[in-house]
Amino acid sequence: MARIESEVGTRGSAFMKWVDDRFPFTETMKYHITEYYASKNFNWWYIFGVLAMVVLVIQLLTGIFLTMNYKPAAVDAFASVEYIMRDVEWGWLIRYMHSTGASFFFIVVYLHMFRAMLYGSYQKPRELIWLIGMLIFFVLMAEGFAGYLLPWGQMSYWGAQVIISLFGAIPFVGEALVEWIRGDYAISDITLNRFFAFHVILLPLILIALVFLHIVALHHVGSNNPDGVDIKKNKGPDGVPLDGVAFHPYHTTKDLVGIIVFLMIFSSVVFFAPDMGGYFLEHANFEPANTMATPEHIAPVWYYTPYYAILRAVPDKFWGFVLFGLSVVLPVFLPWLDRSRVKSIRYRGWMYKSALGIFIVSFVMLGWLGVQPAEGVYVMLARIFSILYFAFFIFMPYYTTIDKTKPVPDRVVYHG
Amino acid sequence: MVKAFRIGPALAALLVTSGAFAASSVELEPAGNDPDNINSLQRGARNFMNYCAGCHSAKYVRFNTLGRDLNLSEDQLIENLMFNAEKTFETIQATMPLDQAARWFGQPPPDLSLMARARGTDYVFNFLKGFYIDPDSPTGVDNRVLEGTSMPHVLWELQGYQTAEFSTDENGTRHFEQFEQLTPGSMSAEEFDEFARDTVNFLEYISEPIRSERRVLGVWVLMFLVFFWILASMLKKQIWKDVT
Repeated sequence: MARIESEVGTRGSAFMKWVDDRFPFTETMKYHITEYYASKNFNWWYIFGVLAMVVLVIQLLTGIFLTMNYKPAAVDAFASVEYIMRDVEWGWLIRYMHSTGASFFFIVVYLHMFRAMLYGSYQKPRELIWLIGMLIFFVLMAEGFAGYLLPWGQMSYWGAQVIISLFGAIPFVGEALVEWIRGDYAISDITLNRFFAFHVILLPLILIALVFLHIVALHHVGSNNPDGVDIKKNKGPDGVPLDGVAFHPYHTTKDLVGIIVFLMIFSSVVFFAPDMGGYFLEHANFEPANTMATPEHIAPVWYYTPYYAILRAVPDKFWGFVLFGLSVVLPVFLPWLDRSRVKSIRYRGWMYKSALGIFIVSFVMLGWLGVQPAEGVYVMLARIFSILYFAFFIFMPYYTTIDKTKPVPDRVVYHG
Repeated sequence: MVKAFRIGPALAALLVTSGAFAASSVELEPAGNDPDNINSLQRGARNFMNYCAGCHSAKYVRFNTLGRDLNLSEDQLIENLMFNAEKTFETIQATMPLDQAARWFGQPPPDLSLMARARGTDYVFNFLKGFYIDPDSPTGVDNRVLEGTSMPHVLWELQGYQTAEFSTDENGTRHFEQFEQLTPGSMSAEEFDEFARDTVNFLEYISEPIRSERRVLGVWVLMFLVFFWILASMLKKQIWKDVT
């Protein structure tokens, strides 16, 4: 018995040797999984990266099954979605997972980005991780936007109408650009077809490639931690960081707990509130697109509303578009705007803490204002919070330089 | 046409419509329907096929789905609901030809498969109850929640006719005050409320037939996840035991 086992073992390792001579399998597994050391003191803010991966997989898998029954044609699209919802076996579940997944993608990505701001994860030497991450965010916005047109409901149609026409604010080329994006003089079957191509082929490919690069860059420099301490500075005699534990089995088993908690929240929405009160699935989108009648109230889906509120806060259409674009792009420059000597919020002074607090309140308030009518006190509030939003970035080099920081410990703080 | 798609008008329309949204929100009486009440749904199905389906389709709804969810046998379906359908897998089509309907009413009566989900049950409930005499309208009636509707008062025999009182505020905006019963219908006000509630209930059900099933399944999914979470937590604790 023992002899057979050892023979299998030998044959198994002989096979692995054969593979490893031709492909760096064992080496790659070690580098990225079993011997990738990340800090042992990760708190729950560190779950959102892996959750974004989980949602990406949910979106890819459910997306594949949706395309099996969805018809990207103006006359068929709306009916084909209802066909999926009513007549395809488990189609309703696949569709609700995909529509809920879209919103949760943004929830986890926003929280993932906020984690980076809490602990200075974008600072040197992780600037490229942050840049690739911002690219992922832009592609995700485009992906969500293209996907939102596909059900061909009233909000799909008119939301796309409003957002695409924003590009018309660009001087000289604006009108031509709008026509080029739509492929027609109005949003039509042609627009739907190309948005389908973007949504299911072009953008997912770019997204997967960028996610791969994001992780390669991360594993090259190593993960940050809630103390912002470089764990590679304190290594044991075996070369393993003293404060690090291997990704597998330590972080994988810990992440599994977080993933299950996430799936509980996710399932609660899918099974009990798939519309989420009209925020995840907007009511007006249950009416088929009607080119002759606008819905009562056009608002983008909630994950774009902070930027949309900034757009509407500016009285001039061109400058509105400029500030709208700037508000989306500005976080790209965080690694160079932040001049602080410390990474983590734990060792920063009151200035950065207050600035970050005001920023988050502004972002959430702008998101709320983006779904309110642009009138009366809402306009004034949107202007105030827009100014605060930009002030966070513009004055960052200043307040992070003069902010009084606390001494950073040599080792991470871990309470077991 | 092209001009209409330039950014200026689009943005202006947006600001105006979003402003109008707040202003136009009519006070609605809650429908108070219960989609888990099968008896109410059966009555609603009867109401729908007798009073709505002449003009309105529900083209995504199959009769056999109704049979399954509302506990109706094939014979019951054929006898009570399928007035213009042969097979139970067929969907609910309007008896009236749609192209002619568009000529008669200015626009075809909308499909009702998703109406309750798009507009809300309270809206539909108040719409059904909201017809009042308006001599200026081609149909002789208007509706409180959808001014200028081209739908005639189909339920007049049941509800009777009512007039509406409006007041005008300093901005010149009309506000609905109350209805006054002009001629009685065959139903009392309470009976008609029940009729409208059952119908709205049916409309909510057909807007998402899977609703009750997904909620039952959701409980099982969450119970499984709790069990899985306990196992995963124990595994994590075991693995992390030696980390100090």
